[in-house]
Amino acid sequence: MNKDVLLEIHDLHASVDGKEILKGVDLTIRRGEVHAVMGPNGAGKSTLGSVLAGRPTFEVTGGSVLYEGRDLLALSPEERSWAGLFLSFQYPVEIPGVSITNFMKAAVTARRKAKGLPELTPAEYIKLLKEKMNLVQMKGEFARREVNVGFSGGEKKRCEIFQMAVLEPTLSILDETDSGLDVDALRIVAEGVNRLRTPETASIVITHYQRLLDYIVPDIVHVLKDGRIVRTGGRELVDLIEKQGYEGIDG
Amino acid sequence: MDNKVYVIGRDSVPQYLRLEAGEELSMTLVVPPATDTRLVLEVDLAGPGASLDLAGLYLCPDAEQVDIRVLVRHDVPGCVSRQLFKGIVGGKARVSFDGLIYVAQDAQKTEAYQENHTLLLSDTARVESRPQLEIYADDVKCSHGATTGYLNPDELFYLRSRGIPEAEARQLQMIAFLAPVLRRLPEPLSEELYGRLS
Repeated sequence: MNKDVLLEIHDLHASVDGKEILKGVDLTIRRGEVHAVMGPNGAGKSTLGSVLAGRPTFEVTGGSVLYEGRDLLALSPEERSWAGLFLSFQYPVEIPGVSITNFMKAAVTARRKAKGLPELTPAEYIKLLKEKMNLVQMKGEFARREVNVGFSGGEKKRCEIFQMAVLEPTLSILDETDSGLDVDALRIVAEGVNRLRTPETASIVITHYQRLLDYIVPDIVHVLKDGRIVRTGGRELVDLIEKQGYEGIDG
Repeated sequence: MDNKVYVIGRDSVPQYLRLEAGEELSMTLVVPPATDTRLVLEVDLAGPGASLDLAGLYLCPDAEQVDIRVLVRHDVPGCVSRQLFKGIVGGKARVSFDGLIYVAQDAQKTEAYQENHTLLLSDTARVESRPQLEIYADDVKCSHGATTGYLNPDELFYLRSRGIPEAEARQLQMIAFLAPVLRRLPEPLSEELYGRLS
């Protein structure tokens, strides 16, 4: 297999509560690429992101997913994270009583342990946090706040990108990262994502609107409708959707 | 205000306390794992302006039998009492909590609050929570609340998706749940209890 291929999804089917949401998704992602997955509400876009990250609510009923040549679906959510997969949540979860500092420390420590690396010293850890907070323009007190508790919509999404920056994923999935963001927050989030791009990594940007894609420019655009990818193209597909809506777009 | 901490099974816990005018008491009761106990405490707010800040923590992951009975009496005007009991119950453990706040007819301008929240770790664990108010005065602020629930699966998935292993993620959720009471304990004790939550 081509070593540039990072993710290979083949005929993926997934259900929730017995209802089939993904009805045979095929998708291949190479290193260095940014893919946009667009589609109307209820098409299964978020389900795709959740299934790749291993959310237990969804049952995979068929198909396969290879990530760096490994069977992704056989891994637990934490193992997927250690392998370099990151999901930016559409609705980031509030965790009262846990500070951002402690949350990320647990995440970084677990990942380093899984990779056989020594624990960061407190000074190294603080340096890492500060550097990544700068990337999304978060101030010092941010690290002491409880995870997502009392955050505005924009702060929640910036916090997701901050976590992404700390964890330095190989494959990042941004699930509706633009929803609930004003233009300034959108720009901060997009700049953060763009600065994290490398030739070794890839992203899947899940979105309903073209707005985010003005800032994070995709190489390949897919249209997901009723649990299947019905069309794949380049940047021009975004403009076509903008003009025609999803109605007229079929395979 | 000093906070007195009592660990059940190690410290002897008073069964009756009387607070005189202006007296302030802050105390925290801890029921560590592997402790069976019947804990009875009565506090009389007997002088105007007295205040009680009472918290409790029970960790019963296994087959513990814990019975907690608290009576807080407001006999005179202008006293304040706050109670917060939180616990984790798993395995086949049984916990019952009876909390009565009594406000006498003369005890106007009383403020009395009581909360009891429990996290269940198994389907076979049992909790009975009976917070009660008995109020004979008419100008008071009183409330009580009790909840029983499980670890939030969305929180758990969020933590795991960041690479935090499941067992550690659960421990973090439990620590977060208990935080308002754990914060009141001296560090060696809270560290010891963290360790026993895994």
